[in-house]
Amino acid sequence: MTAVADPPAETTAEIGKSRLRKEDQHLITGRTTWTDNMSLPGMVHLAILRSPMAHATITSIDTSEAKKRPGVIAVFTGQDFAETQGNVPCAWPVTPDMVNPGAPSLAVTQVNHVGEAVAVIAARDKVSAQDALEAIDVEYEPLPAVLDMEAAIADGSPLVHPNTTSNRSYTWAFESGAAGTGAPIDDAIASPEVTVTRRFIQQRLIPAFMEPRSTVVQPIGEGVTVWSATQIPHILRTMLALTLGIPEQKVRVIAPDVGGGFGGKIPVTPEEIITTLVARRLGKPAKYTESRSESLMSAHHGRDQIQDVTITAKRDGTVTGLDVHLFADMGAYLRLVGPGVPLLGAFMFPAIYKFPAYRFVCEGIFTTKTPTDAYRGAGRPEATFGIERIMDELAVELGRDPMELRRQNWITHEEFPFTTVCGLTYDSGNYEAATAKALELIGWDELRREQAERRERKDPVQLGLGISTFTEMCGLAPSRVLGSLDYVAGGWENASVRVLATGKVEVVVGTSPHGQGHETAFSQIVADKLGVAFDDVEVIHGDTQSSVKGMDSYGSRSLVVGGIAIVQATDKVVAKARRVAAHLLEANEDDLDFEAGSFTVRGVPGGSAGSSMSMGEIAFATFTAHNLPDGMEPSLDSDATFDPENFSFPHGTHLCAIDVDTETGRSTIRKYVCVDDVGTPINPLIIEGQVHGGLAQGIAQALYEEAVFDDAGNLTTGTFVDYTVPSASDLPSFTTERTETPATSNPLGVKGVGEAGTIASTPAVVNALVDALRPFGVNDIQMPATPERVWRAVHSGAEKSDRAEGGTTAYGGASTGTSDGSDAKGEQL
Amino acid sequence: MIPAAFDYVRPDSVAQAVSALAGAGEDAKVLGGGQSLIPVLRLRLAYPSTLIDVGRLAELRGVHDDGDAIVIGAMTTHHEVMHDALVGEHAPLIAQATETVADPQVRHRGTFGGALAHADPAGDLGAVALALDCEFVATGPSGERRIAAADFFLDYLTTALAPDELLTAVRVPKLGPGWLSHYEKFNRVAQAWSIVAVAALVHRENGSITQARIGLTNMGSTPLRAVAVEHALAGADASGEAVGAAAEHAAEGTAAPSDLSGKSDYREHLARVLTKRAVLAAAGS
Repeated sequence: MTAVADPPAETTAEIGKSRLRKEDQHLITGRTTWTDNMSLPGMVHLAILRSPMAHATITSIDTSEAKKRPGVIAVFTGQDFAETQGNVPCAWPVTPDMVNPGAPSLAVTQVNHVGEAVAVIAARDKVSAQDALEAIDVEYEPLPAVLDMEAAIADGSPLVHPNTTSNRSYTWAFESGAAGTGAPIDDAIASPEVTVTRRFIQQRLIPAFMEPRSTVVQPIGEGVTVWSATQIPHILRTMLALTLGIPEQKVRVIAPDVGGGFGGKIPVTPEEIITTLVARRLGKPAKYTESRSESLMSAHHGRDQIQDVTITAKRDGTVTGLDVHLFADMGAYLRLVGPGVPLLGAFMFPAIYKFPAYRFVCEGIFTTKTPTDAYRGAGRPEATFGIERIMDELAVELGRDPMELRRQNWITHEEFPFTTVCGLTYDSGNYEAATAKALELIGWDELRREQAERRERKDPVQLGLGISTFTEMCGLAPSRVLGSLDYVAGGWENASVRVLATGKVEVVVGTSPHGQGHETAFSQIVADKLGVAFDDVEVIHGDTQSSVKGMDSYGSRSLVVGGIAIVQATDKVVAKARRVAAHLLEANEDDLDFEAGSFTVRGVPGGSAGSSMSMGEIAFATFTAHNLPDGMEPSLDSDATFDPENFSFPHGTHLCAIDVDTETGRSTIRKYVCVDDVGTPINPLIIEGQVHGGLAQGIAQALYEEAVFDDAGNLTTGTFVDYTVPSASDLPSFTTERTETPATSNPLGVKGVGEAGTIASTPAVVNALVDALRPFGVNDIQMPATPERVWRAVHSGAEKSDRAEGGTTAYGGASTGTSDGSDAKGEQL
Repeated sequence: MIPAAFDYVRPDSVAQAVSALAGAGEDAKVLGGGQSLIPVLRLRLAYPSTLIDVGRLAELRGVHDDGDAIVIGAMTTHHEVMHDALVGEHAPLIAQATETVADPQVRHRGTFGGALAHADPAGDLGAVALALDCEFVATGPSGERRIAAADFFLDYLTTALAPDELLTAVRVPKLGPGWLSHYEKFNRVAQAWSIVAVAALVHRENGSITQARIGLTNMGSTPLRAVAVEHALAGADASGEAVGAAAEHAAEGTAAPSDLSGKSDYREHLARVLTKRAVLAAAGS
């Protein structure tokens, strides 16, 4: 709280209090308004026919039988909207020559992934629409599936898109020598004392939000009102207007209660565009809600990268260079921010370490799989995994303790602010403090002793210890930085504060929550800043007609950017209120103290008549406007648009102790300790919830989840039976603690927390697993580290366990459908 | 996620149910707790013409003592089975295996007989019924007959029940003194199907195993008995070494599937490891 700029906040108790979330009153008692709950008079219900082929030419579609089915009102194909549907928008052309072949919402002549929308049926009810799908007759001429990223960019590969000359969409590069932010990488690579090179695979993941996506569109004159399960009502409004040529002022978008997103509700979706097209064509409200099967198959996926990482160092352990090359699978189409996701990791590979030289090259590649886009952490989990894994491998190469090696190379707390080899300036941090606390909490030395004993006696259950000392960049984002990265929008955020006649307060925000607890955290901030009761603050969001300006929620930005806009708006309210108070108290503005919601004339004993006014009294006086300072507008309402000067850089130390049963391959996390530094806490309970959920998702990548495609390009993990999302029963009781190093880049001292747990935890778990199995010659385990993979690594030794040898879906389904029972390559079958 | 259209019948008695089943033809399906059938319908992987919902047949619910056996009504829910005193006393193996089935919501809806009649080899109760030498009571137009567990499971999702027969109960023979049991399950996440599981029943006297019955889950197209292990265990020491040697036979005669959760060689390995663990746990060694 030391960083809270306004002194009165120090004396009130809301910021820092573990309040229960006020929005849970309705979210967990069934009194929600999900988009699918919407029902409008005359509304038609849509069902979408999806491609069963990964790659094919559509030779004919016959909808005549479907149109005769009971209840069916209309059937449309891509041909019907070819002139009007435009392309599903991509807002991040990461290089000037990035190839974007276009993305129709309804396929017109060709399908490029299983699950792509081919036709849409509008019917009087959902069942009729669904039943009629089988009556649509589509003939496909199959084209070869393109699944393996490296094969896709080799000479002679079939093209995903006929209007391109290569499956490579872009190559984006950064090099510290050229950028002037560090030494040339070639010098570091040319004469290293020690070099370690590894290939790591980020498997494909599915965001798996709880509420399936849903859209309702009501045509109104030439405009539309759109309800959608989205993270981005404001961006959706602008993009729908641009895509469909509807004047932006005629488009209203409402994100009602939204049940989770994790990045999965960031893009503008084909289904949103299709629903809008059908509603306008029929002149009737239309609703589309996806099934879980459709969601898993056709809502965008995340991760899916091949990372080739080289680290160089001196023999004494000082790191001298980091060279990273990525292949990033875009899937069949470029979605809203898909091409930019790997770039959010570009600046994070050097992490907390003082590398003098750095290079990052990323190639974005088309395949005939579900498109990829942001998934919790978006680029930063991949980078954190790469650097934290390679630091462990370097430690092994040097014969050093992995924590000691990190300590030798990390930025010390005296060195902040620190400008990294990427040119980012980390404002604050204390890696030593978080690490010391975490080591003590987990009982590190005792666990190391037990590990040695188990190794000594060749216990079938081996113990592994894993480290992740991470940082991340969030609070997206300074608009100038986004501009330099060719993103087409800014990163500011807007808030307005309205003081009602009765002294109650409405806060209208441009961020758009989908489960985070914004209403609670923002109410706490406003309560402190204005000195009003927590329950007297109402947070309004998610409707572009009431919340007119905003950049929505993703990238752990809502508090760090949106929260600061709220602070700035409240500061303006206080300034106006001060003017009214001074006028009514007949005092000089400078002689008024503002504390706990009251203005008091300094030097006058408290409680004496006419010496003090509460915010409520000022609000009413402003409302009546009978006696205001000359020339003053009768309003305390204020708004602010905040553009951050920098990202925020949460950090922390995550430690994992894992038991590995070498007979079965089962690994069981025994202890997980994390000490996160997210700056000044607004609501510690919400922080803990975010960290817990984040850990579960990061651990899920390490041990449980993978979207697997067969060699024809079919998603074989198409239900939750096969796409194994862990539940509480599968996870340990986490120890989550904090250190508090306030951010110096914003007046609240806050850093984002939405993604930290996911970013940090994956490498901690895999490092622990590999640590347990080093005596077996294992130096890597492919994710998810299923019991079978662990067992094969133990029994096949280092060569077979190395990811460069093992098959993975990141290399494409080609290697998943061909191996026999004795070959570790195809084990994920 | 909407099933195709079907006719729906909800009989008030077993007699009505059997008559409805006989009248509905081959494409009829019996709806028990619905925990396997409903997902299959929603994914449109099955298109039954008629669903016969036996959910209201109180006579199919509950467990009773019948002298040398306990009788579990087909529509007794997993939750009820787990907490039933007779099951706990005479067939703790059933209670233990049932506790590992899916999650609490499924166990409150899913039924003992429904799971067995569905005959998914990855389901946990088939191997248990085999190990316990249960008898399946089937009721058809010509009355009631009993089918030995060994004859009940014919193939993947296929049983010896005739199209016009309803599974009404399962008879579980009471085990005499000296019998011990354990169910060892191996799966990816808590609510998932077994990759492999082993149901072990052993009769122990003076430190040796006099007799053993081993059921295997998900090692073939039906639940299986590990006959070679049973032979090797008869008269064996209840020691880790002897049991381990016997368990080496666990994959003999199996035809383990290869799928996302594990290829067949891994499953064979697991069967050996888990059989050893299950037998030792049952024998209390």
